[in-house]
Parts: sequence; structure tokens; C-alpha cells
Amino acid sequence: MSHWPQFSYTYDGSFAGFLTCVFESYARRERPVCFVLASDPRLSLWPDRWIETDREKAGRVYRSLSQRMSQAGQRLVVRGFLTCLPEKESRLYELIRLGYRAGPAVLRDLTDPRLAAVAGAVRRLENEAHLFKGFLRFSDQGGVLCARIEPKGRVLPLLRPHFCARYPGEAFLIYDETHREALFHRPGSWCIAPLEELHLEPPGREERDFRQLWRQFYDTVAIQGRENERCRMSHMPKRYWGHMTEFQPPEDGLAAPPQPM
Amino acid sequence: MDLMEKLTILTDAAKYDAACTSSGLDRRARPGGLGATMAAGCCHSFSADGRCVTLLKVLMTNACAYDCAYCVNRRSNDVPRAAFTPRELCELTTGFYRRNYIEGLFLSSAVLRDPDYTTERMIAVLRLLREGGFAGYIHAKAIPGADPLLTYRLGLLCDRLSVNIELPSEASLKRLAPDKSKTSILSPMGEIRDGILRSRQELRLFRHAPRFAPAGQSTQMIVGATPESDLHILRLSEGLYRRYRLKRVFYSAYMPVSSSPLLPAPQGFRPPLLREHRLYQADWLLRYYHFRAHELLDEDHPDLDPRLDPKCCWALRHLELFPVEVSRADYELLLRVPGVGVTSARRILAARRAGPLTFEGLKGLGVVLKRAQYFLTCSGRMLPGLSRLSREALLARLTAASPALPPEEAPVQLSLFH
Repeated sequence: MSHWPQFSYTYDGSFAGFLTCVFESYARRERPVCFVLASDPRLSLWPDRWIETDREKAGRVYRSLSQRMSQAGQRLVVRGFLTCLPEKESRLYELIRLGYRAGPAVLRDLTDPRLAAVAGAVRRLENEAHLFKGFLRFSDQGGVLCARIEPKGRVLPLLRPHFCARYPGEAFLIYDETHREALFHRPGSWCIAPLEELHLEPPGREERDFRQLWRQFYDTVAIQGRENERCRMSHMPKRYWGHMTEFQPPEDGLAAPPQPM
Repeated sequence: MDLMEKLTILTDAAKYDAACTSSGLDRRARPGGLGATMAAGCCHSFSADGRCVTLLKVLMTNACAYDCAYCVNRRSNDVPRAAFTPRELCELTTGFYRRNYIEGLFLSSAVLRDPDYTTERMIAVLRLLREGGFAGYIHAKAIPGADPLLTYRLGLLCDRLSVNIELPSEASLKRLAPDKSKTSILSPMGEIRDGILRSRQELRLFRHAPRFAPAGQSTQMIVGATPESDLHILRLSEGLYRRYRLKRVFYSAYMPVSSSPLLPAPQGFRPPLLREHRLYQADWLLRYYHFRAHELLDEDHPDLDPRLDPKCCWALRHLELFPVEVSRADYELLLRVPGVGVTSARRILAARRAGPLTFEGLKGLGVVLKRAQYFLTCSGRMLPGLSRLSREALLARLTAASPALPPEEAPVQLSLFH
């Protein structure tokens, strides 16, 4: 395999596109050493090949992952593609090649750098998604719940089952500012779609009241004698604070009463 | 009194309760309903004191008939009193829950008139919530002294029930909480345990049998207000875990909220936060690391060492078992290595099936070697540059690696060795 000619693959950035690349690399006996998005203006030293996404070929590769690498391996590749790991495509490609050769046992050798890089990134992605399950804040916009997040990885597919199970009767949307996509849900159906920008109306009376009540609760529940800023920050890093209601300045709503002694 | 004021008073009154978890149960919302729970629990925020905020933790009312010396809400304390109506609390909970501020409700209450009446009012709130389709997490405090049937009805509506054991010994309880007694606290605990077991049994036979406190029961006690030793407290916890099948025991460092002569004077009193931390560490060892209380402490060393975590202390007293060979040690033994936790031990088990492990490899697995390096060998060798150290040298290295203690918390004398 190592004597296969080296190529730079250009694809559309979708997961199906990436799987098509894997398919084409085996079909053409080429070794993709770098993966480039169609929108990326950089030139590479290797001969370029444009890979057209083909859902049928992608499906074959997708099914082969569970057959050759086990379900857990397939899941690792899917989640690995959602991470923000630099050069994730080449790393995943290496992992897939390893998996095709070694079978499910590849997932056990956690000290192998090819696996460790992807497994570590997936772990960070899952941790981030878990934190967003708690730290995400909705605001009521005329009956629709809207939230903004700024994650590192693409967490929306991981958040989707959680929030859909939690609010089956609500219409809501979660906007991912980093990747410019949004999860839309209304009772019975959902979709994740690209969204360039999200404009929100200023909050209504009831929404403002609830925000103010929450801020008041948050401030009151802390015990002054035990203040521990480092502990708070290690559990809730500051990059999550930006979109959290409790850290935003009060709008005019209910006036906050003085703190009790 | 408006809602904002009530919320402030009743949150302020409830905040000294340490328990804030939403774990132990997986449940999806019914179609069109609101709310779900996840077994791992979910923290929605962290307050300025670093504690997790997962539930809307409030009291139903803070007007109390009792006069427990250690409590802010005691009858003789001059604080503003308030009470939520069931509808207010219900709207507040669902409003917060819809916006993903909270995981559910933590409902406790001061004893208004008598325990039965208080429990009835709590049941009214929970019923209103559940009938409105709310399926989020509810943690309710059972009020000691209430009719067992009322406690049972409360348990059918909530996910977790807890009875506070308050203080670690009967003598302290008699002194500081004259209205409570050991039996009045332990008997509802026993009833709840039996109710949970019965409900599990019934659920095995009938899928739709009523679920009584499906996320189990917990308790909390105040540490540092009374003279009990850590050994006493850990033995008590161990007994509670074993005999009452508790999910958690919470420890709450006493905060000076009273000037009663029976308690430490509020002037210059520092809450024993480090002691609380060490107790939690020891508690974890009891629950997840197969330790027993008598292994961690004995009559000669009744208190946990503030300089080192309890597992390190145990390992230093049992150096004959170390170093442990990573490629051969069983899971139980790996768990006893300082610095190796459940996750690391499992990863070691998985990774060593694929090939020999090195210290580099261990780092790659995410095993933190700061403490573990002194207690492990890979293929029969310790980390290059490290040889087997004497107990005193190890102690010096381990304490140097952990953050320095503020001077007033530093130990007065060596308590680990003679």
C-alpha cells in the first residue's frame, strides 16, 4: 500500500464526501496524503484530484466500517469527523486503513498514536457536548425556544437526541455560531441545516422576568463564606459564560431586591 | 410580597443544604410532555462557591416550628419568613426548566405547624407539577416525624427522597436539635429503603407498577459543628450505605450561622472546607474503590490527614503491596494505586490486552503519573530515575507535589506515623 501514488483530494467537506474519498482511494489505488475543501484556496505540492460525493459509494464504506471495525469503530469514525482535530480527515483515513487491516482489535490498542489522537479528540467532543447539555440557555421568542452556542466541535448531532427527548412538545432551535448551522425542532420532526445568521427579537416581558429571577437565584444560592473562583472556573470554563443568562447584565424587568444578610 | 423577594428568601434559606445532584435515573418525556432525566445527572451551572447548580433548590417555606441550634431557619432566629404557593413554585420550575436553566426541583421545607401538614403541602406542589406533564428530576426532603403513608405518597411523585441525618451522633443531636432524635430520623430512612425495594420488586412483575423514589435516597450531615472524629463519621456513612442502601451521603462543612454557646463561636471560625473535601475523597473510596472505613482510619489515627488524600495515606501505610506491575495487577489492586481511578484502571485493562505498556503509553492513555509513578512498574521497571523510596521520602515528595496548604489549615503535628 505504501507504494500507492500520493494525491491531494479535494472534496465538498461533507461526511459522505469524505467516505467517497476513502472509497476512491481504494478503487484507484491512490494514497490521499492531504484532504482539501473545495472552498480552500491553498495549493498543494501533490497532484490534485476532485472527488465528487457519491452517496452510494459512501454508504458502502459506511457499512464496511461496522463490518470490519465493529460498531464502536464506526461510531468513532462518525464522531471523529465532528471534532475540531486539525487534519482530522488524514487522521481518520489512517485509522480506517489500520482498522481494515487489524479488525476490531484496533480499538483496544489505546497507546497507538493513530487511535489515541482520534479517541482523545472524540472524548473532548463528547465532554463538550455533555457540558452544553447543561450550559446551553434557551430564551422564549414568541413561543419558540432559541439558543446560541459557540462550541469548538460540531456538537449539534450529539445534542439532538438529548434535547429532542427533553422537549418533545416544544418548538426550539439551537444555533451553532462557530459552524454556522442550526438544529431546528418542532413536535415530531427535526433537522440540522446550515444557517448564515440568526437574528433574535428583544426579549418580551415574561422572558425578561424569568431571566432576572434566574440571575437572582444564581447569585443567592452561592455561600459567601465558601467562595472559590478557581473551582468554579475548572468546572465551568469561561468560554461557556458568554451565552449564559446568569452572566449577562440585567435588562429592565423586575427590580432585584437587596441581598439578605 | 412579590415572587422575586420570595425566591430570594427561600433560596437563601435552602442554600446550606449540600445535596445537589440529579443522577440515578434515565427517563424520557411522554409525548407532548416536558422533561427528561439522565442517569449521569447534569450540572447546569456552578455558583461562585464552585458548587454545582443542577436543581432549583428552594424551601417551600422557611417558617419553622423547630429550634435547631445549627440551622438558619430556627424559630428563634430573626430572619424574614416567606412561603411559596404551589402554583407559584410550579410556574417557576417549568419556566426555568423550559429555558434549560435547571434539571428539576429540589424541594425542602421548614416544618410548618407539624411534619404531616408540611408533607401535605409538599405533595400538593409535586402533584401540580406532575399533573402538568412535568417529567424532570425532583428531589424531595422527607420530613422526619411525618406519617409513613404521607412520605410514601411523596416518594411516588419524586425521583429521589432524602432524610437529613443532620449531625453525626445522637449526643450532638440531643444537644443541638432538641426536637429531633436518632430514631425519628432513622425510621423514615428505613421505611424509604423498604419502599424502594418493594417498588423494584413490583416493577419486575408489572411494568406499570408505581415507581417509589426510583433514583434512591440520600442524606447529609454537618461536619465541624460537633466534636466527632472522621473515623466516627466514615463508620456512620459506611453503615448507612450498607444498611440503608443510600445512594449518597453528603457532608456539609458547618457555616457559622448562629451564636449559640453550644456551637463554635462565629468570630474567627473558618468552615472546615479541607476536612469536608477529605471526607468526600474517603467517601468515594468507600463507594467506588472497595475500601472499608477501618482500612482508612483506626482508633490510633481517627482523623484524615490534611496533607494527603486518604488513598495516598493508605498506600504509604501498606508499602509492602507496592510497586504494582501494570501488566499483571488485577482491577481491584489497580484501583488501590494512588492517582489511578476507575477510568484509568479500565483503560489499562483494555490497553494491556493489545501489548506491553510503557510509562509513555500510560501517559497516552490519560493516566496521570504525578502520584502513580511512585507506585507502578512497567515490565518490572520503575520510571527511569526513580528508585524505591523510603516511606518518609515518599511522603515528602507526595506532599511537595500537592498544593501548599494555607498556614492555618496546616497540620499541627504528624498524625500519620508514630
